[in-house]
Amino acid sequence: MSLFEHGVKNLHTLVKDGEVKVSELVQESFDRIDRVDGNIGAFLSLNEDAFEQAKRMDEIAKHEANPLFGLPIGVKDNIVTKGMTTTCGSKFLENFVPAHDATVVERLHEAGAITIGKLNMDEFAMGSSNENSAYKPVRNPWNTKHVPGGSSGGSAAAVAAGEVLFSLGSDTGGSIRQPAAYCGVVGLKPTYGLVSRYGLVAFASSLDQIGPLTRTVEDNAYLLSAIAGHCDMDSTSANVNPTDYTQALTGDIKGLKIAVPKEYFGEGISEGVKENIRAAIKKLESLGATVDEVSLPNSKYALATYYLLASSEASSNLARFDGIRYGVRAEADALEDVFKYSRAQGFGDEVKRRIMLGTYALSSGYYDAYYKKAQQARTLIKQDFDQVLANYDVIIGPTAPTPAFELGAQNDDPVTMYANDILTIPINLAGVPAISVPAGLVDGLPVGLQIIGKHFDEATIYRAAHAFELATGGFTLPKL
Amino acid sequence: MAKINEEQVRHVAHLARLAVTDEEVQQFTVQLEKILGFAEQLNELDTTGVEPTTHVLDLKNVLRKDEVRPSLPRTEVERLSPDWEDGQVRVPAVFE
Repeated sequence: MSLFEHGVKNLHTLVKDGEVKVSELVQESFDRIDRVDGNIGAFLSLNEDAFEQAKRMDEIAKHEANPLFGLPIGVKDNIVTKGMTTTCGSKFLENFVPAHDATVVERLHEAGAITIGKLNMDEFAMGSSNENSAYKPVRNPWNTKHVPGGSSGGSAAAVAAGEVLFSLGSDTGGSIRQPAAYCGVVGLKPTYGLVSRYGLVAFASSLDQIGPLTRTVEDNAYLLSAIAGHCDMDSTSANVNPTDYTQALTGDIKGLKIAVPKEYFGEGISEGVKENIRAAIKKLESLGATVDEVSLPNSKYALATYYLLASSEASSNLARFDGIRYGVRAEADALEDVFKYSRAQGFGDEVKRRIMLGTYALSSGYYDAYYKKAQQARTLIKQDFDQVLANYDVIIGPTAPTPAFELGAQNDDPVTMYANDILTIPINLAGVPAISVPAGLVDGLPVGLQIIGKHFDEATIYRAAHAFELATGGFTLPKL
Repeated sequence: MAKINEEQVRHVAHLARLAVTDEEVQQFTVQLEKILGFAEQLNELDTTGVEPTTHVLDLKNVLRKDEVRPSLPRTEVERLSPDWEDGQVRVPAVFE
């Protein structure tokens, strides 16, 4: 039996009582990585100091009150870690060893969690399958012919494969929830502004959020409690007090008002996914929730809106990769050519494509037609959510239109690949929080149930997800 | 339908400070046209009088006190830089 099956709560007691040593937990991670990561490819680098840290922590474990003390975590490679390479899945940052920690990493270390290593991802978080990593693809632990989803594919696969207890990912258009769904784990995209973005390498700053991926809803609530809250270094960080989200897990959802958008069961959603999600809705009803069908009429415009806005923001954010202060530097006689050739050498195809799209959408003569129009569409999409959430506690539907597809299946056409995020993107545009929880299998591959909540009402999302998990049995480790 | 030609693609690549091969120019021309064609569905939306979203929360002018605090040590910045000399990043001449 894996020690990770205990979950955060029990492990905390076991560590405090000296029945499980922190070094054993770290050993468990490294043993598992040794055994399975050759096939999975979730890790880009490992923390060589983890064992030393664990030994020091074992000496003080019995006095420790923090529930995360001594627990092994994996961190997506676009979150900066002092002294540990942070590549963003890009050749541009192959040798980049940051001089500081992201706020979330600092908070995790204060809580006593041990970083095991950095997790593979689509380059600069641009992708839905992890095939855009400049290093290696990640494979789905449930079936290694299939993708794990993206862009936090390494974060989801590492948890599903039992390589770490939990992990951090980032979500700009579904990059935590879609891989969580594909790999059968729990993944939360918090409300925009709840978790500090300081030290998260920016992709689209108005959409990016860091969030936890875990085996269970309870573990997820523990991890969010540790990382959420105001941060001076992020001017979009909201002024919210620290909260213990585990308090929300009552198991009781009697009277919970659920909205189900009809658009989330439309064209392009596979029959298997629809069946599992309908069964999940029945389950929630049987637990005492009320369910009504609603409409989010502007959802169909979300994909186009997102790709214009996210690419525009990316083209601006990625201008910092100029080859001057860090990263790849191409040799050239003229300064402008240093910029141009450093970027051409360091960036992969999808990153270049989005920089081109964003630059075009922001360029003189096209700004109003594309960027401004998309920001107006965003307002309409957000209003859809505001209206429904004024009358309901949560909105639910599938996380992704299909279970995980095979590697190489969708590489020909960027627009087809982008459509994998059609059910997760509207949530980022509206800035609301959403979780994906496992809701059964189709042909041996996991399906995710998405639960969307009001701004800063992660507690209700967790309560609903937890009740569902209790009623359905929760996390299963795939056979590896 | 958006019409993108190779000349525009080269112009945008220059704006983005991205060196592109002839093959990439051809590829981007086809792909950008396709993606922008897809994006034109937004024209169906009547957005007359709709305020563009600037922020999803009602945050305004978040300021902090302008206090002196330690910044990155110069040795760390030097370590990260591809080309460094006498406490400064070295680059090719900016002016002819």
